[in-house]
Amino acid sequence: MSLIEITEVRKSFGDNEVLKGINLDVEPGEVIAIIGKSGSGKSTLLRCINGLETISSGSIQVAGAQLLDDELHLKALRLKVGMIFQQFNLFPHLTAGGNVMLSQMVVKKTPKPEAEAMARRMLERVGLAHKFDAFPDELSGGQQQRVAIARALAMQPIALLCDEITSALDPELVSEVLAVVRELAKEGMTLLMVTHEMKFARDVCSRVVFMHQGRVHEIGPPEEVFANPQTPELRQFLGLQAAA
Amino acid sequence: MTEFTTWDILRNLLLATRWTLLLSLVSFIGGSVVGLCLLWLRISPRAALRRLAKGYIELFQGTPLLMQLFIAFFGLGLFGIDVPAWLAAGVALVLWSAAFLAEIWRGCVEAIAKGQWEASASLGMGRLQQMRYVILPQALKIAIPPTVGFSVQVIKGTALTSIIGFVELSKAGTIVTNATFQPFTVYGLVALIYFALCWPLSKSSQILERKLNVAHRNH
Repeated sequence: MSLIEITEVRKSFGDNEVLKGINLDVEPGEVIAIIGKSGSGKSTLLRCINGLETISSGSIQVAGAQLLDDELHLKALRLKVGMIFQQFNLFPHLTAGGNVMLSQMVVKKTPKPEAEAMARRMLERVGLAHKFDAFPDELSGGQQQRVAIARALAMQPIALLCDEITSALDPELVSEVLAVVRELAKEGMTLLMVTHEMKFARDVCSRVVFMHQGRVHEIGPPEEVFANPQTPELRQFLGLQAAA
Repeated sequence: MTEFTTWDILRNLLLATRWTLLLSLVSFIGGSVVGLCLLWLRISPRAALRRLAKGYIELFQGTPLLMQLFIAFFGLGLFGIDVPAWLAAGVALVLWSAAFLAEIWRGCVEAIAKGQWEASASLGMGRLQQMRYVILPQALKIAIPPTVGFSVQVIKGTALTSIIGFVELSKAGTIVTNATFQPFTVYGLVALIYFALCWPLSKSSQILERKLNVAHRNH
């Protein structure tokens, strides 16, 4: 059985249908890159999987559990699926360590010493053990994003959704974040990432999803999708990417 | 005819000041509690609750406090409910403060970036947990200066309750004037006492604003 099953998902904002029937099954341990122009619905799809947007029709199942729009089901889902955002969204009033500890203590009711031990382990995993007591605005963008990854990992999710997590970073900081993601992929974490890092997608991902106008336009292993695009839209998209 | 010394006047005014202080405290604390509930409704995901709170706030912000006092005092009397002046004054001021505080705090909560809600939601927090551990700690920082500033309005607002016969500082001023025929001295002193209560609050509001801004810059 697939880990994440997305079936005929549709999503409209008012009259504007952003997702027009998406089908996608993600197997455990898969790393999937979702690419496409802005407005193609890729971020919206990711946000639907996490329940940040409610879907208009269709169904999403994560590890066999149906995504329903009530707080209890949503919470159960979010314990399984972590999310990392473009803008990091660290809690500015808490230290890096506090950021990683908070949800463990509040949501999972983990006692403080254990939460702290977990936070130190996770910060070490992203190479920031020494920044435990630093506040977010004392960290660089890349460091903040790594703390955000540690924060999501501390909840021990079975999959991570990454929404353009390097798009807000200075170019020289992108690689440190991608290195962490690469490490996670190697360890077998299931990853679903919206990204503009084509090289990274080619190197690390098991499958690439090209979205166009609210539909999955092409899907396949990166070698095929990048080397042999089947549709003019993807060819154009990749061409634009190369030119840019 | 009895002669009143300035001390006699001042002593009586200061005794009445206790009631001004008590009424201000009750209004502010009661208003905070009711205001917090209103805030919760005002930012609820359910539209009906939001509208309810909005209606309440608009009603109390859109009518003079004096009218609210009259209605609490005389209005309920029409239905045969005998409301003592202190109760009418307390209730009206609590409800009035609640409306303003809820609106001040709503602004502060809405000033917190949407990403904070999304990040905490994606970590599995419920709405109450998000509010308590993520949103309010940040909103509080912004909220303190305007909240302290509003407490000055509450103190000055208590003066209106003299009209329905609650004996606080202003009413005491009128009573003492009637006995002494020294309006200038008496009301001068009344004004000075109000100033002594309000000025430190306004000043501390300004200081807090500066201090919290600095804190914000550091982390």
